[in-house]
Amino acid sequence: MDFYSQIARNKRMTYILFLLFFILIGFLAYVVSFIIDWYFGAGFIFFYSIFGVLTSIFAITSYYSSDKIVTSISKAKEAPASKFKQLHNIVEELCIASGLPKPKIFVINDTAINAFATGRNPEHAVVCVTVGCLTRLSRAQLQGVIAHELSHIKSYDVRTMTIATVLVGMAVLLSDMMFRMFFFGSLGRSNSRDSGGIMIAMIGISILLAILTPIIAKMITFTISRKREFSADATAIQLTRNPEGLATALEVIEKDTEKLEAANKATAHLYISNPLRGQKLLMKSLFSTHPPIKDRVRAIRGH
Amino acid sequence: MIDLIILGVIVLIIVIVLLWIITTYNAFIQIEKQVQNSWAQIDVQLKRQADLIPNLVETVKGYAKFEKKVLTDVTKARTAIMSAKTPAQAARGENMLSGALKSIFAVAESYPRLQASENFKALQEELSSTANKVAFARQFYNDMVMKWNTLILQFPSNVLANMFGKNKEKESFEASASERKNTKVDFSDLS
Repeated sequence: MDFYSQIARNKRMTYILFLLFFILIGFLAYVVSFIIDWYFGAGFIFFYSIFGVLTSIFAITSYYSSDKIVTSISKAKEAPASKFKQLHNIVEELCIASGLPKPKIFVINDTAINAFATGRNPEHAVVCVTVGCLTRLSRAQLQGVIAHELSHIKSYDVRTMTIATVLVGMAVLLSDMMFRMFFFGSLGRSNSRDSGGIMIAMIGISILLAILTPIIAKMITFTISRKREFSADATAIQLTRNPEGLATALEVIEKDTEKLEAANKATAHLYISNPLRGQKLLMKSLFSTHPPIKDRVRAIRGH
Repeated sequence: MIDLIILGVIVLIIVIVLLWIITTYNAFIQIEKQVQNSWAQIDVQLKRQADLIPNLVETVKGYAKFEKKVLTDVTKARTAIMSAKTPAQAARGENMLSGALKSIFAVAESYPRLQASENFKALQEELSSTANKVAFARQFYNDMVMKWNTLILQFPSNVLANMFGKNKEKESFEASASERKNTKVDFSDLS
């Protein structure tokens, strides 16, 4: 796929994500407001509009401050050029190679080897690496990793991935809230002015939604991140013209068994390699946020 | 009715042609700008590299002995870069410069105390980074030049290129094959 269609696809993807998010939240909020209405006997429109306003405010702020949200969740600190000269140099070099403006550079104080990029567009982008990246990779390897992250920025992957992170986080939070409310709300309340049939159906739907929402939300991020890793690897090599740098860096990362403390399920798909190690799920391939490193190295070396 | 359809088709064709002219003209302007910017970038990085070398020589002097020729080579390379007007001239200057660099590092190799000094290490990082920047700027510039040359030579955009006077091919930043062989500096061991 060529670069411009990739960028166009990412921009389209952001709209679809927002749309899906609003449909999902709208539906959740409808059910929640319905239950509240039933519980208190009034206030459906009031609660529904509160949900609407809150969600809109949340969506807008998450779009404009997504980079700050993600870096603060990940406990990343801005890296001053005086202290991280080589890191700044490598980023500057690759910005020249790619024609991108220089992003902000952040560092996570963790000895695990990992990196991610975030932000809504190349002008508001952040590249973040762990201290492990700086101490345990050679210059050429670090260059490969940074080139991979800049490729995510250039293709607007960061926008889709960051927005997905923040919106999925919100959807999960809301369904969680609903689950709790359902327990508190239903216990000890046996009768109401509503007929039981509709209420039972609504409660059934709300349970189903509370279970399904996080799963649907997760599935969205999975489909987003896996294919992107391959194309970001390819663009990275186009920039550095040194496939071995990235390939050996990935091999070092694969051997690294350390878990990244500051990463969680919501941010895992942003990283260059899965930061949550040792999670052997039953449906591993379906639920993994990253393609196997072996496959990526094979693709990079071209055989 | 038939007349209206014919009129509609003619108007549609005119609109499509106009849109094509506008987008192609904008592509000319945009790529030309990118070529200019990336050329400026090469220039900046080359001069930076040239400025770093006297600094390197000063640092190394305290530890190692140099032939006079090294210094004069550096000065010559700097003047060549400063006065370069075309990519080919700048490429020649860059080759001289990396040749001078090579001989400085060759001398430094036999002084372990120098290699261990913090100042020298910092300079090495700066130099390898600047060398990378020059290489990447050159890569980006050459890509843009290729894009430009393809656009102005390819049909049908070449018709518009001639019309707007944007038909001059641009020169890529290329050292000749033999020069490239002589001045290959391996920066991978520096870090």
